[in-house]
Amino acid sequence: MGTPLAFLPILLMMMGAVGVGILLLGLNALIGRKVRTVRKLSPYESGMPLLDDSHKRISVKFFIVAMVFILFDVEAAFLYPWAVVFRQGGWPVFLEMLVFVFVLFLGFAYLWKKGAFDWD
Amino acid sequence: MPFPAGDTLLILPELFLTAAASFVLLWATFVSRPRERGLAFFSIGALAATGLLLFVSARMAGTLPRSAFGGMFAMDRFGLYFKGILLLVGIVTILFSLRFISVSPYPGGEYYGLILFSTVGMLFMASGTHLASIVVALELMALSQYVLAGYFKRETKSLEASAKYFVLGAFSSGVLIYGISLVYGAAGTLSLAGIATAFTTAKPPAFLVIGIIFVGCGMFFKIASAPFHVWAPDVYEGAPTPISAFFAVGPKLAAYAIFARIFFVGFGPRAGDWSAIIAASAALTMVVGNVGALMQTNVKRLLGYSSIGHAGYALLGLLAYGDASGIGLWSILVYLLAYAFMNLGAFGLVILLESKGYAGESVDDFNGLAAKNPWLAAAMLVFLLSLAGIPPTAGFVGKYFLFSAAMKAGWFWLSLLAVLMSAVSLFYYFRIARAMYLVEGEGTLHWREEPAVSAAIALCAAGTLAMGILPGPFVQFARTCLLPFGP
Repeated sequence: MGTPLAFLPILLMMMGAVGVGILLLGLNALIGRKVRTVRKLSPYESGMPLLDDSHKRISVKFFIVAMVFILFDVEAAFLYPWAVVFRQGGWPVFLEMLVFVFVLFLGFAYLWKKGAFDWD
Repeated sequence: MPFPAGDTLLILPELFLTAAASFVLLWATFVSRPRERGLAFFSIGALAATGLLLFVSARMAGTLPRSAFGGMFAMDRFGLYFKGILLLVGIVTILFSLRFISVSPYPGGEYYGLILFSTVGMLFMASGTHLASIVVALELMALSQYVLAGYFKRETKSLEASAKYFVLGAFSSGVLIYGISLVYGAAGTLSLAGIATAFTTAKPPAFLVIGIIFVGCGMFFKIASAPFHVWAPDVYEGAPTPISAFFAVGPKLAAYAIFARIFFVGFGPRAGDWSAIIAASAALTMVVGNVGALMQTNVKRLLGYSSIGHAGYALLGLLAYGDASGIGLWSILVYLLAYAFMNLGAFGLVILLESKGYAGESVDDFNGLAAKNPWLAAAMLVFLLSLAGIPPTAGFVGKYFLFSAAMKAGWFWLSLLAVLMSAVSLFYYFRIARAMYLVEGEGTLHWREEPAVSAAIALCAAGTLAMGILPGPFVQFARTCLLPFGP
């Protein structure tokens, strides 16, 4: 353990993966039949036909909702490790989490008042 | 693992400022039509009260240095020195902003709140003794500042400044954190004291040098030294001018605090690995900053380039790490105080001259200032003399000790280059002086009587002159604020 030798199987695996990729693509280029129709050259040959331009402008409202979602999602994730240890810590740990949630609540109140949750 | 209640006492000033910042934000949101002057004066009061609390909690802490929260945070004189200056910078920034924000179409609540939040981040940076707490504090400061840079959101220049600052800042944070992960891999701990002991007792792996270089690159970005300086002139030019003043001083001071702490305390035992990198960056920074400033016609850009040059001078102090008298560190401390006074003052004059939009920012706008308002012109002259490093001003004292620190450490060619570049800097600083005293004004110049800004400028001028004429007490004080240097 710890020596570079221990990682040798991974290196072999990577070399194998690269080798297979080169082999298949190379064989295809060498002996495959070349078809150059519009359908064949489209980005998703057997997929859904493109309905619209993919580089569309998206309303900035989605951005705010996404940011707020991530913010409170991370907060919720932070509660799990706390819930595991808080019995050992007792009241001080409980109070600290109350302070944390209170600060988040202030942020929530700010967002609400600013209209971050209004769609129109 | 609950921490002792005494630990909370040590971060009381920061907690208070956080509460005050949240209060400003909510006040501005929930009170319909908040009075912006009220918000500003409340923020100034909060910063002053934080200073008082800092004093009280340092007294109650007993013998310093004291460490808290498992080595995350330290209250020591080094950190307190920086915190004192940073609070002053915050107060001056708000004084600069009073009219600037009230005549702008943008609300003041978030503006003052963000200044307070970013000050909280800087205060924690000054005290961080653990790479994790340092990074969190750095991000708190930086995120608030990305928003502040783009606060004038309908001005494309301001948006451009914000976008550039954000993209490059986020990238440099990534580099910094990658470096930290390598350091962690080598040392097995993120605490600075732990890193130092890990490197003194055992031979570190070779990749540690890469980690140190990456951490150094992150630091170079934050202090805007070459070759990571490119963002600075654009950001200073585009951001609202009080915010440019804030950026030129506050974050730079806080970044120097963590730079010195990480490299002196944490990487101290490996000083041989990093001194050449810092010397190279210092040389490059001094040349790029001072030569770049020569061609500028916009005063904010000019001050941006000049602040790059100044970051280069201050790097010289880091090179004198080995000197037993600690001159390397205290010369930086003295210099940064001088830097804060003279740069804030110079930006203050740009704010006074700025009439509408981005007018009043070019060197020509200073034409004939001396005839119209001799006091303002005299104050600007003091700042320019100080920036160029001419006695009897603070800039001379700061440079004198920095250059002699570099000489003592044996970096003769760097000190020579620094003196040479100071001579170059005379040229562009005196273009402004020439415009004020020797060129006739065309009548386009108009400034508003603004007591808040004038008072802040007077304070900076007084500080610049006091440090220049009586440097003794300042130097003595800085000498008591040193850090332990690793063996």
